[in-house]
Formats: sequence, C-alpha cells, structure tokens
Amino acid sequence: MSEMRVEGYDAFYGRSQALRDFSITVKGGEVLCLMGRNGAGKTTALKAIMGTVRPAAGRLWLDGEELTGLPASEIPRRGIGYVPQGRRLFSELSVAENLEIGLMTRHSGQESLDYALGLFPVLRERMKQRSGTLSGGEQTMLSMARALCVNPSVLMLDEPTEGLMPSAIASIREAVVKLRDDGVAILLVEQRVDAVLPIADRVAFMNHGEIKARFDIEEVRSDKSLLHQYVGVGA
Amino acid sequence: MMDLAPYLLLAGLEGLVMASVLMLTALGLSLVFGVMRVVNVAHGEFYMLGAVGAWACAQFVPGHPALAFCVALVVAPLLVGMLAYLADWAILKRINYDPEGTIVSTIGMLYIIQQLTLMSFGPDARAVDAPFYYTIRTPWFGYSSYKLFTVVMALVLVAGLWVMLKRSKWGLVMRATQFDRETAQNFGIPVNRVYSIVFAIGAMLAAIGGVLVVPNQQAHYLMGGDPLLLSFVVVIVGGLGSIPGTIAAAILIGMSDGLLSVFFSPTAAKIFSTLLVAFVLVFKPEGLFGRSNRV
Repeated sequence: MSEMRVEGYDAFYGRSQALRDFSITVKGGEVLCLMGRNGAGKTTALKAIMGTVRPAAGRLWLDGEELTGLPASEIPRRGIGYVPQGRRLFSELSVAENLEIGLMTRHSGQESLDYALGLFPVLRERMKQRSGTLSGGEQTMLSMARALCVNPSVLMLDEPTEGLMPSAIASIREAVVKLRDDGVAILLVEQRVDAVLPIADRVAFMNHGEIKARFDIEEVRSDKSLLHQYVGVGA
Repeated sequence: MMDLAPYLLLAGLEGLVMASVLMLTALGLSLVFGVMRVVNVAHGEFYMLGAVGAWACAQFVPGHPALAFCVALVVAPLLVGMLAYLADWAILKRINYDPEGTIVSTIGMLYIIQQLTLMSFGPDARAVDAPFYYTIRTPWFGYSSYKLFTVVMALVLVAGLWVMLKRSKWGLVMRATQFDRETAQNFGIPVNRVYSIVFAIGAMLAAIGGVLVVPNQQAHYLMGGDPLLLSFVVVIVGGLGSIPGTIAAAILIGMSDGLLSVFFSPTAAKIFSTLLVAFVLVFKPEGLFGRSNRV
C-alpha cells in the first residue's frame, strides 16, 4: 500500500511565510482533499512537496523512503505525479509529445500510456494535435494523463475542475474515483465543494499556510457548517 | 544586363557563404536564448576560439592541411563546448540564470576569453590553409570550392540540429524545458543539466562557424565582435528563440550583405541590417518569424 507522509513543512516567499508546519499523510486508495480560501497555501503545499518551492523545514517520505532534500527533478522519478493548477501543458507540443514527457520521467512503458488513454479515450484521437489547441476539458484530461504516464503511486491534483463545464467535471471526477479504486493515493486541492464531497475520503482545511482542521468526509457531509466555517461557503 | 550577371552571381555566392556561417553562429545564440533565456554576450568569443583552435590544429597536426582541418572540426568545438559547460557551471548556475546577471557575467566572460587569447595567441592575425584548393570555373570568374563546402557543411549541421530538436528525446526535453521550466522539473527533467548542455551546444555551433570561416578569413583575437553583432541582428529579426526564423533571417542578412557589399559598399550593408533591426523592433518586436515561447 503506497503512502506519502509530509511532516512539518515550512516554506517562504521571500520573508513571507507561506507554509507553516504543514503535515499530512495520504495512503493508497484514498482521496485526501485540501480545502481553503484563496491564498491559504494549498498550491504552495503541493509545490513544496514537488520541490519547486524549497521547504525551509520539514521531511517527506514516500512508501517509507525519505525524499527530503532531493532535487525537484528527482521527486517525480520516485513516483509522485502532479497535475498543476492551470494544467501547465507544454502548449506548443503535441498531445503525444506531452504524454511522452510523462513516460520519460520513470521510463514507463506502453502499459502506463494505455492506462492513461483508457481513462481519457478522447485523447487517442488527438495525439498529433498541438495541446494548446485542445478544449479546456481535454487539456485537463491531458494534464492528468501526462501525470499518469509517470505511473505514480501518489497523484496530486491542483484544482483540476477549475473553469470546466459540468460534463468535463464529471469525466475528471470519474477518473479520480477509478484511480482511487486502483490503489493510487490522491491528494486533491479543490475549491468546489460539490466536486469534493462525492469523492473525498478525508478533508483537511487550510488557512494562512497551516492546516487548521481535519475531518472524515462523513463529518463534513453531516455538518455543512464546517464548510462555512473553514471555506466560507455552504454546500 | 549581361554585365550585371557576373556581379550578381558573385554577390549571391558571397552572400550565401556569409549566410551559412552566420546561420550556425546565430542558431547557437538563438538556442541558448530560447531554452535558457540567457543573452550570451560572450557568444562571439566562442566563434573566435573555434577559429584560433583551427589555427592551433594547423600548427600541431602534421601532414596535409585537410587532416588538420578535420581534426579542428572535431576538437575545437569539443574543447569550446567543454569550456562553455564549465562556464555555465562556474558562473551562470551560481547566479541562478538571472537575466540581468547573465548579461553582466557574459560580458565579463567575453573580456576574460579575449584577453587570455591575446596573452597566449598574440595580437596578430594568422592565416590557416584551406583543406583543399579547387576552383570552380564559371563563364566569368573562378570561385573557391571550399567556400561552397562551407555552405554544404552549414546546411548539414543545421539539418542535424533540426532533426535532433524535433525528432529526438533530447530535443523534446530541450523544448519542454524551453516552454516551462517548472513543469519540466515536475516531470523529472533536470533543467540545470539541460541548461549546461544547451549552453555547450550553442558554443559549439559558434566554434564550428569559426573553424569553417578561418580558411577564408584570418584568425584574430578580436574577430568575435562582428559575428556577435550580426548574430544579434539575425536573432532579433528572425524572432528570439525561433529556429526557423533564425535560419530565414540569416539568409536574408547574409544575402543582403553580399549583394549590398558588391554593388554599393560594406557600410551600406551594415546600414541596411541596422535599419532592418530598427524596423523589426518598432513594427514587429517579436521578430519577423517569432512567436512567444517557440523553438
């Protein structure tokens, strides 16, 4: 069973502290959702795990192996996949080239590609198309498929449903559920409560760079005032 | 009209030779800027080192000049590439490729390389024998076959570079790094190593240009200035980081230089390229063929 454990991450932008004693554990076959208002530090937390924002303190383990202090390019090679906010596709490259970048990360084979394309079959028809010309939903699918080509044991998604139509949101949600059922550990950052409640197993609420509270999803579903208290919205 | 033909042919050939060397030098500059966002002011010195390396090979490799030339074509770019790799590690990496910092530091590199060459190589211009002498006869004049060989070599190298960038995994890694450094890192691409290799490849392209040009033009420690200036002109006109644009602009600048130099004066050619840069910067600042973030 895969497991990613983060302990006591602190991160700074200049002199401003963006992450304060950030600690989480996410296990294979579960979806842990990070929620919080804009600027709460959710994206910084994911970037700190990926190493593109260097944490000033804290430790990181994946499946019992300590990854603390590894260069940013080594983190994905150990099996952490990342779907960044805004998708961040290589927009001038084709769909196939974007997927190849994912496959190159851990020298994954055809099996990983088939798995990713099995989740998002629409991409099969677009392999030669420049990724920047895809629709918003297809771009998100490609961003997820590219991360899945890494063959990750942990997948981190940063607001994957942002700006998408309901049909595309449903596809993304189905894919996340399938990944969870296949044993992938999923750390999901979301603002949309309706996208989180049906698929998350646990929720952690962030504010000012800190995790303020953690709940099982049943607690959140049964007490909607928690959402109002921590995110400022009702469900 | 009949009298004009030989002049046109000669100017065209000279322009083509110039364009081919310029294409190599400017492609190196464009590649480095495109992938690393570094304006390498020392680029002309790598060209000069290629030429000086060719002269050194001619001195130390016995036998036919063609042998020394072949050795120079391999050894000089490799040594220059290693020097660039070292410079990237020792200087550019340490300032985290800060745009302003890299300009200042590559100016420093320019003077260090230039002065070290002056101290070791001396102030005199030195000639290098062409690897072969064969004159191609036209109805009006004879023309050096070596110069046409230069054109062929440049075309082969540019085609090779194109295939590498578009068809190889390394090219894909370079393009991904160019488009989005952070996302490239998120997929295990060691961007700092990519930068070092790209900086070395850029320098090697300039050095090959220097090796190719030195049988036509003597090696001198100050010879890097003009190619640097013209490479900047080409890269600006073609579009920063655009390889097709760089190739097209090198041909445009090279041919116009050849034609204007023959029919008017070399000064007129320089005025034209300067005006062209001004025109492009005012009316199409991304370059004639430029698109943002594009190889």
